[in-house]
Amino acid sequence: MLKKRIIATLVVRQGIVVQSIGFRSYLPVGRPEIAVEFLNDWGVDEIVLIDISATVESRSPDMAMVERVAKRCRVPLLVGGGIRTLAHARELVHSGADKVAFNQASLHTPGLLTQVANVLGSQCVVGAIDGLRTTSGYKVYDYVLGQTTSQAPTEFAQAMVRLGCGEIFIQSVDRDGSRQGFDLPLIQAVREAVDVPVICCGGAAGAAHFVEVFEGTDVHAASAANLFHYTEHSVTVIKAALLRAGVFVRNDVRATYLENPLGKNGRLEKKIDQALEEMLFVRIEKEVI
Amino acid sequence: MRNAISALGYCKVVLSCDPQVIAEANAIILPGVGAFAECAHNLRERHLDEILGEVVLKRGTPILGICVGMQLLSDFSEEGGRHAGLGWIPGVVRRFELPREYAVPHVGWNEVRPMRREHLFSNLSESPNFYFDHSYHFQCAPEHVLAHCEYGLSVVAAVQRNNIFGVQFHPEKSQNNGLKLFRAFFNTLGSC
Repeated sequence: MLKKRIIATLVVRQGIVVQSIGFRSYLPVGRPEIAVEFLNDWGVDEIVLIDISATVESRSPDMAMVERVAKRCRVPLLVGGGIRTLAHARELVHSGADKVAFNQASLHTPGLLTQVANVLGSQCVVGAIDGLRTTSGYKVYDYVLGQTTSQAPTEFAQAMVRLGCGEIFIQSVDRDGSRQGFDLPLIQAVREAVDVPVICCGGAAGAAHFVEVFEGTDVHAASAANLFHYTEHSVTVIKAALLRAGVFVRNDVRATYLENPLGKNGRLEKKIDQALEEMLFVRIEKEVI
Repeated sequence: MRNAISALGYCKVVLSCDPQVIAEANAIILPGVGAFAECAHNLRERHLDEILGEVVLKRGTPILGICVGMQLLSDFSEEGGRHAGLGWIPGVVRRFELPREYAVPHVGWNEVRPMRREHLFSNLSESPNFYFDHSYHFQCAPEHVLAHCEYGLSVVAAVQRNNIFGVQFHPEKSQNNGLKLFRAFFNTLGSC
């Protein structure tokens, strides 16, 4: 059976991973290749690398950065930001990206998506939608112009699939950095509108939010950015909580934390003293592949 | 791909479409990116199908097809019309026809059930997780099926015929399980 995917999104601005709050303010986190190495070791299922300054600065995607990241990435890598031509997409794939995401191109030059899908296959093309809750329902948001468009995310997602997208990435703008949890109605509406896999993003502050989105919607994958950066072994801890709640995820790392207590803030807590006393220490040989 | 294989310590990995290099290789990996027709066309245009046939079928060099590379081993694919493959493992490649609750493409981590553990799956568990991303699947005779996975139907996840191997999933994107599979593939050198 197919497993639900836990995806880490790295928001990159001028070559540095940043924490984004409401698409307006940014806090620096660190170098992308280091973040990728940690996430990979913690057993993340996929990594999304979004360069938010490429389009704004009208420059091409940073191929050298993608190459450095891909070298340490043993999971699928989705790259977005600044892809304006078929040559950009092709070069990204040669640099080590497995899929490319389009946000601005889908709004302003939709033909590009079809062109890329025809050459690289639709499994390689991901349509990224920024959805904003407004008084007249959910609308697609254009982050470069800083404006809300008249289109509904559901219809926009369907149009993107017709253009050749093999996957949809739906991001909630108002939940971004809010720590209030995923926007379930938006996610389920988009999920029901299309037949391709859907990745949701925006607002997760802990394992409980992941459980909530997988129980409350049929979404295929859930992603978070900020959350993964600030706690040790965050991916593994979230997966342990999901498995305990009965959500089917992959947990292939050696230390699964399935037996450890989790605190309210989602962090690992110390085992009770008696449990520590009763523990048997087992020597585990280093895994040689 | 090269990143993953280099991580195992093999330093002589060459990405090449040069017939001379292919002829001298100890083992060949046939990846596939994009559409079947484009891949098959590129192989034929560069006459790589002939040289591959020579080294794989006559000399017995092990080959591992990945994703579209595995589909290329088939007789033909129905992706974007009907296009002939290499025809080394009898079978056809068809689009998924699944109930609506199954999204197509089949994207994500799925449990693979090997029918036989020798060779490719020798150092993996009974149901290792691998990353899949495809809309078309390989239908072939049971004797060539090496592993299955479940996605609305029993999907062929790996095939083998003598020294010819193919996997529908992406070992280069499947963390340690993928590295173990590559190791097992290279360990087949001289044993089959």
